[in-house]
Amino acid sequence: MDPLGIYHYWAFAIILMVGFYAVVAKLNLVKKLLGLSLFQAAVFLLYITMGKVEGGTAPIINGDPTGQLFSNPLPQVLILTAIVVGISTTALGLAIVVRIREEFGTIEEDKVRELERQ
Amino acid sequence: MTVIFSVFLLTFLMVTAIAIVRTANLFVAVMLSGIFSLLLAANFFLLDAADVALTEAAVGAGISTVLFLSALAMLDERETSASHNRTIALIVVAVITLAVIYATFDQPRFADPMAPVHQHVAPWYFETTRELIDIPNVVTAVLASFRGYDTLGEVFVVLTAGIGVLFLLDKRVPTGRREREPQMEPGGLRHYLIPRVVGRLLIPFIVLFGLYVQFHGDFGPGGGFQAGAIVAAGVILFALLEGENRALEVLPRGVLTGLAAGGALLYGAVGVAGIVMGGNFLDYSVLSDDPVVGQHMGILLIEAGVGMTVTGTLLSIFHAFAARGRF
Repeated sequence: MDPLGIYHYWAFAIILMVGFYAVVAKLNLVKKLLGLSLFQAAVFLLYITMGKVEGGTAPIINGDPTGQLFSNPLPQVLILTAIVVGISTTALGLAIVVRIREEFGTIEEDKVRELERQ
Repeated sequence: MTVIFSVFLLTFLMVTAIAIVRTANLFVAVMLSGIFSLLLAANFFLLDAADVALTEAAVGAGISTVLFLSALAMLDERETSASHNRTIALIVVAVITLAVIYATFDQPRFADPMAPVHQHVAPWYFETTRELIDIPNVVTAVLASFRGYDTLGEVFVVLTAGIGVLFLLDKRVPTGRREREPQMEPGGLRHYLIPRVVGRLLIPFIVLFGLYVQFHGDFGPGGGFQAGAIVAAGVILFALLEGENRALEVLPRGVLTGLAAGGALLYGAVGVAGIVMGGNFLDYSVLSDDPVVGQHMGILLIEAGVGMTVTGTLLSIFHAFAARGRF
């Protein structure tokens, strides 16, 4: 067993579930959004980890590529665009939270529900 | 050595993640998430993903932190409610974590060149990039040409999210009977000498670096997404130092929304130009007599479109949050 060989995957699992815990258990809406970004970051980490090749370098071919080893460009492309999309959707979520604060005066989920029921 | 360094970084990442969730002060949580993004960017760099590291550093550590802070200005800083069903949530989370960790034992070892991910399309990309597109950065080639449809979709998602934020937060009078915006005090950090002097020195170089990243993206790490985020970060720094109104004088809201929509339009137009010239949608080879030159032109144009949309959207979102906080 080679624990260093799968340590990246363990980090992925732990960060993923820490983010998931914040989404499920926390009642503060900003905390939920932060948890969602953690969840997202864990997935980014998983993809980029899978693209790494032993002894490889960044996939930029300068000169003759024979004998050079490159890491996989595909996961990098997918995550590159996902990061920018992630910040846009997080901003949309934050905008909704700001509107909720203006309407209800709180961003705690239980209090918003209470006010909704009245 | 690299292994030790990445174990160190990953451990720090996990500790930071737990601290973000545990702290009751949202301001602290947001600052910690900035640190988390910076550590993540360093980690991406160790994993040979230079383009991704650049994006994460500009977006995660820069723009995301500023957006959260400007939202927090309108929200309460402290979390008041206790966690909901804490025991059940902890049990579920623990069980899933253990299940995922158990599943990792069947994963190929870290950086194994024989892993299934590396056997399918990646070798094909390396072989054909030199032949068909002939630019050094394979990431840009895949992003802009081979997977151009995918990137077009992402650009429209970014634009749509920006439109959503403007719909939710923009309080301006509809066009036609627009009143003058109330004259505000020039805010920002004008009275703080050191940030202002240092910032003034840095901002031109940040924007210049953004342009370099934009146009050098074919040859080195870079491209429209990174450049858009870097330029937006530079302008946001200007807005923080000199006050938001000064930033709006330089780049008015109309220009920003125009940039956001125009970039997506440019991207789509390049795709349609492919059809008009007798090829497929987003087939750049027909744009010029020499297919390789056509590819270069297509990539340059759509990267410019991506950069415009990302800059315009991120800055519009920032101004929407900042303006809301003043009312």
